[in-house]
Amino acid sequence: MAEVLVLVDHVDGAVRKPTLELLTLARRIGDPVAVALGAGAGATAGVLGEHGAVRVLTADAPEFAEYLVVPKVDALQAAFEAVSPVAVLVVSSAEGKEVAARLALRVGSGVITDATDVEAGEQGPVATQAAFAASYTTRSRVSRGVPVITVKPNSAPVEPAAAAGAVESLSVSFGAAATGTKVTSRTPRESTGRPELTEAAIVVSGGRGVNGAENFPLIEALADSLGAAVGASRAAVDAGWYPHTSQVGQTGKSVSPQLYIASGISGAIQHRAGMQTSKTIVAINKDAEAPIFELVDYGVVGDLFAVVPQLTEEINTRKG
Amino acid sequence: MSLRIVVCVKYVPDATGDRRFADDLTLDREDVDGLLSELDEYAVEQALQIADGADDAEITVVTVGPEDAKDALRKALSMGADRAVHVEDDDLHGSDVMGTSLVLAKAVEKTGYDLVICGMASTDGVMGVLPALLAERLGVPQVTLLSEVAVAGGVVTGRRDGDTASEQVEASLPAVVSVTDQSGEARYPSFKGIMAAKKKPVESLDLDDLGLDADEVGLAGAWTAVDSATERPARTAGTIVKDEGEGGRQLAEFLVGQKFI
Repeated sequence: MAEVLVLVDHVDGAVRKPTLELLTLARRIGDPVAVALGAGAGATAGVLGEHGAVRVLTADAPEFAEYLVVPKVDALQAAFEAVSPVAVLVVSSAEGKEVAARLALRVGSGVITDATDVEAGEQGPVATQAAFAASYTTRSRVSRGVPVITVKPNSAPVEPAAAAGAVESLSVSFGAAATGTKVTSRTPRESTGRPELTEAAIVVSGGRGVNGAENFPLIEALADSLGAAVGASRAAVDAGWYPHTSQVGQTGKSVSPQLYIASGISGAIQHRAGMQTSKTIVAINKDAEAPIFELVDYGVVGDLFAVVPQLTEEINTRKG
Repeated sequence: MSLRIVVCVKYVPDATGDRRFADDLTLDREDVDGLLSELDEYAVEQALQIADGADDAEITVVTVGPEDAKDALRKALSMGADRAVHVEDDDLHGSDVMGTSLVLAKAVEKTGYDLVICGMASTDGVMGVLPALLAERLGVPQVTLLSEVAVAGGVVTGRRDGDTASEQVEASLPAVVSVTDQSGEARYPSFKGIMAAKKKPVESLDLDDLGLDADEVGLAGAWTAVDSATERPARTAGTIVKDEGEGGRQLAEFLVGQKFI
């Protein structure tokens, strides 16, 4: 059967959930062959095999950590040439998109980014995307070369499917460009203990209505009751109430969780652009005219300082 | 020695307007106002700051787009860029990111550069891959998604904030840089700047000038195809309740019904 390359997103061997989602999608097109790079690459094989990877190509070299993006492109290209895949799937992270695009250019293929679904089609894989702040849904395909597609987290369920997951070492020779941009230091983001924003199944966000950094613990408590990530609107971030890494929106992070809860967020177009593909949308806002209410599956017109604590308490009670 | 900075900008439909697709499934530019992509304003700002810190620097702003795209160039010139290059050709209509990056690479090479600065993504397509493609095509380092950037002694340094870590990165010039909206608030053009911009040179180039064939770009030369674009049905009206003391509990009930709790 035709093989599909899947670039593995992992941290020291711990495979991140969006990669397991990719394996589910890859199986619709062919046999997934995973490519795991960097420290801990070999340790990913077990979980990748349990989720359908027939083979796991691994490579480790200092270059993957010491230089930006290009070493991974070199390695993915080596895998591409070794496997001759019918498609390449990569997670739509900032780095994932850059790696995918450069690979596509090198191998003479078109690239599609931020797909929210991928299906097999008569002329090759068909990708679904959201356009113009999700006011449109498009279906696209790569018309030249081998489709290279990046997929947003939460676009597919994680479905276990046992496969061989045979580990093979991938031979990579780095080109001159690989060492062009040196990473001189790296500070891991301090763990909040919460899921990462872009891949969380539930996101709870606060905006201007939260009215100060000192009130964000209300939002955090609600997030923790649901095992959710915390987001913030640009207004809240610009005011310094929450870190900019948590900004959801056009100029921040694009999220597509199963459930999005907006508290004290009016729903300006720039915010909507970053969250409108969420499956279920809930808003709490005291302004009944706030545009966010046009999007919601469920909205509460009311003071978030009353509604959010009551909701949190109710959830915690029900969880027992 | 003069530092040659090229800023790549895009003329995009105003996101607050009614953005839609035309019959050929490309962007409909007729019914919505365009403007300089907000994310590119940050690139212009960083170019101006880097130029301020250099002995001698020249900023050229480059765009690929229809006649109206000159508006984006004028905005950048009024902010303080020195001159502009407008690549305009009917055959460019419908170019995908591969075609656009090819045209930009040719235009940047023709202009001459030590440093290319881009916004992190356009505010219409929002792919965020053009800077990386430009670096690949030009064969120079990519130093992308920087929230802080500085240039000294022929080296560009910056901070790249990723999902799991914040990295300090550096590369020797020439290089392609992209900056995020965290890199620093973009200045407003002054009246003096707006008046001065009217006199600044805007060079027009077409595909012949860049040595490109029509079939390498545009819809015909695109490596991707959009098969359909469907306007999303307006969300069916959700349930909206007014909090009269039970709003939180009612919402919890809804979440239970949806199996989130």
